[in-house]
Amino acid sequence: MSEIKTVVGKAVTVAGNDIDTDRIIPAKFMKCVTFDDLAEGMFYDVKVNPNTGELTDHPLNAPKHAEASIILTGENFGCGSSREHAPQSIYRNGFRAIIAESFAEIFFGNSITLGMPCVSASSEDISALSAYVAENPETEVSIDLEALKVSYADKSFPVELPSSAKMALTSGRFDPLTELMSNGAAIEKTAEALPYV
Amino acid sequence: MGKTLYEKVWEAHNVGTLSDGRTQLFIGTHLIHEVTSPQAFGMLRDKGIKVKYPERTFATVDHIVPTDDQSSPLSDPLAEKMLQELRKNADEFGITYFDLASGKQGIVHVVGPEQGITQPGMTIACGDSHTATHGAFGAIAFGIGTTQVRDLLATQTIAMAKLKVRKVKVDGKLRPGVYAKDVSLHIMRLLGAKGGIGFAYEYCGSTFDNFTMEERMTICNMAIEGGARCGYVNPDQTTFDFLEGRPYSPKGEAWQERVEYWKSLASDADAVYDDVVEINAADIEPTVTWGVSPDQGISIGELIPDPKNATSTAEKASFEEALEYMKLPAGAPIKGTKIDVAFLGSCTNGRLSDFREAAKYLKGHKVADGIKAIAVPGSQITAIQCKQEGIDKVFEEAGFEWREAGCSMCLAMNPDKLIGDQICASSSNRNFKGRQGSSIGRTVLMSPVMVVAAAVKGELADAREVFDVA
Ligand code: SF4
Repeated sequence: MSEIKTVVGKAVTVAGNDIDTDRIIPAKFMKCVTFDDLAEGMFYDVKVNPNTGELTDHPLNAPKHAEASIILTGENFGCGSSREHAPQSIYRNGFRAIIAESFAEIFFGNSITLGMPCVSASSEDISALSAYVAENPETEVSIDLEALKVSYADKSFPVELPSSAKMALTSGRFDPLTELMSNGAAIEKTAEALPYV
Repeated sequence: MGKTLYEKVWEAHNVGTLSDGRTQLFIGTHLIHEVTSPQAFGMLRDKGIKVKYPERTFATVDHIVPTDDQSSPLSDPLAEKMLQELRKNADEFGITYFDLASGKQGIVHVVGPEQGITQPGMTIACGDSHTATHGAFGAIAFGIGTTQVRDLLATQTIAMAKLKVRKVKVDGKLRPGVYAKDVSLHIMRLLGAKGGIGFAYEYCGSTFDNFTMEERMTICNMAIEGGARCGYVNPDQTTFDFLEGRPYSPKGEAWQERVEYWKSLASDADAVYDDVVEINAADIEPTVTWGVSPDQGISIGELIPDPKNATSTAEKASFEEALEYMKLPAGAPIKGTKIDVAFLGSCTNGRLSDFREAAKYLKGHKVADGIKAIAVPGSQITAIQCKQEGIDKVFEEAGFEWREAGCSMCLAMNPDKLIGDQICASSSNRNFKGRQGSSIGRTVLMSPVMVVAAAVKGELADAREVFDVA
């Protein structure tokens, strides 16, 4: 795995608080046995008008944001279901980071394991960036995971990322499987000490 | 200094510290279902990895199963494919699987306790956020993503950071017509949908002491709706009585030994908590949601919130968004809101005691004209128990459709879906936009008895008035 120290890209806003994983990927798209075809379902009910079947005027549909690879959003992003289909569908649409006021825990963990940083910032900073990219969609937004700072145009603001996630991403060890597997003896010892195993 | 159950269980399962600072946590019991596991098995196959402790994983099928016709092959080819895939994975990797033909199939969070697989002091994980349910037994149980399902299959461990513990203490007796579901919706209303992020909730107090296991499960189930990844109740005699004699419970001499062990895990009297919240049971009313997040609840006698009275601009915006979606008038009584569908089921309220209590009041009443009402038992065993008690007949005579076990309209991955902007009185746990299968469908969460009251009246009603509960 490669180290993820910065994410640079264009940003798009998905406004709102408590955006749940049913919004991110409706259940109807989860009838699958691999994650390969999940891109289409991302935010489907937000992007498509249920009455007409036509695309809505949501920023995600706007041609000017077509190249966006960073999502800007509100509080408690990714709450609800544990479905990894949610971050997978976002990732498979080319997104590589999310900046929110806060994240739901399972979504956060799923995203980090995928190598998609989720950083938190204040409502004011996100609103300002959001307003700026709405006017200037070509803006390069840069997330520095080591300095924990977002920069765009001539501005910057601090972001937060728990230290374990920061370490995992910047050292390229965000997928823990190899390390987990390397501790076979310790796993067996723990298991043997449990009265029920 | 004493310890909480959470700390004791965490320490017993702590394999070591990983390089990013997280804990490698041993998971005693792994539950899987058809939606979030196939990709994980695929990843194992790609890497040629075996399942380390196949006997510690249990599978069932719940999300995609139809609840009317379950004959093979299922009419939906995609659903059939998922079913086949789970069968194949269980077979190939040597995992116990409660298939449709087993007589033990059901919603994964109903099956675990029913079989006695869920026990105190275990760590339990499942690729499903409502795994918190199992905390009712004094287990540390939480939902995980599919990549973690892979980690768990491969190593029986996952990487995890320790949570803080908040004590949520509810004391006193619930008033007649008030149920565990109302307690859950009330807690969420107080603490918010994200109030529990970073916490495990320890539910305690005399209200919980007096609760049955089913009631405890209803509340732990919804811990995640309040942002808490897990919730638990300390094990006690109620827990042991529930477990004794179940297929996977310890037997003979081992039983008594295990009970002593379980007792030792309960939080110590002098345990220290990161936060404490106290609630008076008598303050809780039958509660219904009015918005699109489970914390947007009010008592049935209250008025729908008015954005004008919001305490912040963010709150105002979320009220407006919720009311626009729900098509509900600000400031009007919620009671009397017309419904189209009534759904009784799910891992929150699809157990025998839920159907029993609802049937007690439904008997002799009829579902209002034009209302589609469905009752879906949480497991095949629940269905049989209901039949033995004649509960299915009570529902059918009242005009409910009595279905086969599954998740059904809780998330509508099967054919049970809302149509258009239908509004549903539901005993499930999520009122998110589009949750029940229509992207403009509307959900109102409530207790099972409130669901049958709504079905009978054709509108949101106070069950205490409809059924003369005193
Ligand atoms: S009943 Fe609903 S919440 Fe429970 S496991 Fe099934 S889909 Fe999830």
